[in-house]
Amino acid sequence: MTPGSNLDQDRLRRHHRLMWRIRAFEEQALKGLDDKLVLGAIHPSIGQEAVASGVTAHLTRQDILLSTHRGHGHTLGKGADSAAMMRELLGREGGNCGGKGGSMHIADFSVGMLGANGVVAANIVIAAGAAHAIKLKREPHLVCCLFGDGAINRGPFLEGLNWAAVFHLPVLFVCEDNGYAATTRTKTMTAGGGASARARSFGIPAVEVDGNDVLAVDAAAADLTQAIRAGGGPRFLHARTYRLTGHTGSDPAAYRPADEVAARRREEPIGRAAELLRDAGVTPDALQGDQSEAVAEMLAAYRAAVDAPFPSAAQAFTDVQDAGDPRMEAF
Amino acid sequence: MAMTSYLEAGRDALAEEMRRDPLVWAVGEDLGRGGVFGQYKGLVEEFGPERIADAPISEAAIMGAAVGAAMMGTRPVVEMRFSDFALCAMDELVNQAAKARFMFGGQTRVPLVVREPIGMWRSSAAQHSQSLEAWYAHVPGLVVVCPATPADAKGLLKSAIRSDDPVVFMEHKNLWGLTGEVPDGEHLVPFGQARLVRPGSDVTIVSWSAQVHVAAEAAEGLEAEGIEVELIDLRTLWPWDKARVLASVEKTGRLLVTHESVAVAGFGAEIAATVAEHLGPQLKAPVRRLGAPRTLIAYAPPVENAVRVTSAAIADAARSMMGRD
Repeated sequence: MTPGSNLDQDRLRRHHRLMWRIRAFEEQALKGLDDKLVLGAIHPSIGQEAVASGVTAHLTRQDILLSTHRGHGHTLGKGADSAAMMRELLGREGGNCGGKGGSMHIADFSVGMLGANGVVAANIVIAAGAAHAIKLKREPHLVCCLFGDGAINRGPFLEGLNWAAVFHLPVLFVCEDNGYAATTRTKTMTAGGGASARARSFGIPAVEVDGNDVLAVDAAAADLTQAIRAGGGPRFLHARTYRLTGHTGSDPAAYRPADEVAARRREEPIGRAAELLRDAGVTPDALQGDQSEAVAEMLAAYRAAVDAPFPSAAQAFTDVQDAGDPRMEAF
Repeated sequence: MAMTSYLEAGRDALAEEMRRDPLVWAVGEDLGRGGVFGQYKGLVEEFGPERIADAPISEAAIMGAAVGAAMMGTRPVVEMRFSDFALCAMDELVNQAAKARFMFGGQTRVPLVVREPIGMWRSSAAQHSQSLEAWYAHVPGLVVVCPATPADAKGLLKSAIRSDDPVVFMEHKNLWGLTGEVPDGEHLVPFGQARLVRPGSDVTIVSWSAQVHVAAEAAEGLEAEGIEVELIDLRTLWPWDKARVLASVEKTGRLLVTHESVAVAGFGAEIAATVAEHLGPQLKAPVRRLGAPRTLIAYAPPVENAVRVTSAAIADAARSMMGRD
């Protein structure tokens, strides 16, 4: 986007802030991993923040979002509380899931975030069903389902897209393509024309976008969500981005050439947004302020999480199911 | 009391619940034309194609969509056509439906019912004959229901639809035509309460689904020989009526568990172990279980029949437990 009069500076600034919040959350979580206080695997989306920010900007609170194992950014974008999320990563009381889910199962139903998912592509059919329910109940909302490029080789991708198309459901599918399926280059394992081509083969209109350009993602998501809200059925967004970290917080990602990573680092989305804002006259202090505020928010979230208690062992037996007693002594 | 078939009982249960609650809907392959066995016949005419929804042959999507739709507050009844095909939807059932409530810290419920026709009938071979109820009983979060009679098919399906837990509802294909009395009016059967099929003082036989009828035949024959069988139809495997089974074995001192499914790691083993743990020293004979051998179900009748647990085998086992072999 050309800087100047066409630029919606306030909008871009909001993206800048959210992208910093996402990055600061994950950088703090990685520090927590080093501190051995973040307990399980975390999958950072550092470098991919523009997808989360650009897409979730077009979701209302009543809209539904389903995410992946790499879902912190989506979850923050949908409006979940960073302090509760950080508690969840540390497995503490007051986490979104009471410490029972962790990073891979963060959900915040109070903001329409129906869950990250530990199984690749599993959220796609669930998203189709959530949209099916919206249609049955004649509600005006839509479902946004984000998944990675690795997901397009699993059956639920095919089944979920077909389902959404056949039943003409209000779903925005977003393939957040960071080039790697876990630690394998996706290109080497994917036949044909890739995500958008597969979506189009179901008759689902698909748009490809530079996923590191937050305004481009924002604009594409605007058009697609508008079409869905107008009753147009499912839409598909293929956003190409790059994962600047490894697959998990403990993956050094040595399988990637250093020059590839260096080149992609220069295209990372926050720097690009900052450059546009500077060109539009936002002061470096103001931009630095966005970063500092985000870092302070996440540090405070982290400190509060560290101070929060672990859930009691009795939680192993709550919310299993209504029928039957799960305790061993019942047997 | 009206005489109703097992198939009609299930259909009546669904229709009643759909009339009662507009959020109940059914989804599966060929439902619009009545379902593969006719168990949905007439429902699309009453409820329309949105609530009796045809689906593509796409089990993962059927189950996964039901998970999403259930988390959104509707109550989907999922038809899997044959329980064998539900294996195409195991991630959706086991990793998603069964876990969402716990994993998300109680933020959601997944009130779906999966109808899975199970069991051997005739020459349907290895991929259309299985009974895998023990798999589901092993999965925390799921309810497992195996009705043996029309009254239970109705009363348990209604309870399943009203349950906030995901329920695996296993209907035996060989029972579709079985008729029996179904109470008039609102008929609900709670989970976890076994049915006493016949009282007796010598041997407790525990079974479920179609095998209950095989055991009942054996019990009748044994009565003529002076062996009084107490036959218990478990009705639901999770939760299962441990109290009823223990009370019965406490009285008889003998337990025989029989099921159509493979004996190895079958649910009979769970019952046998529980009874042994609680009543071991009081038993008058070692616990016995009779299930299928750990082989596959064949097409040709003589080979297929080789894995059936017959009433003769049950009677033999009971006689031996009574020291009459």
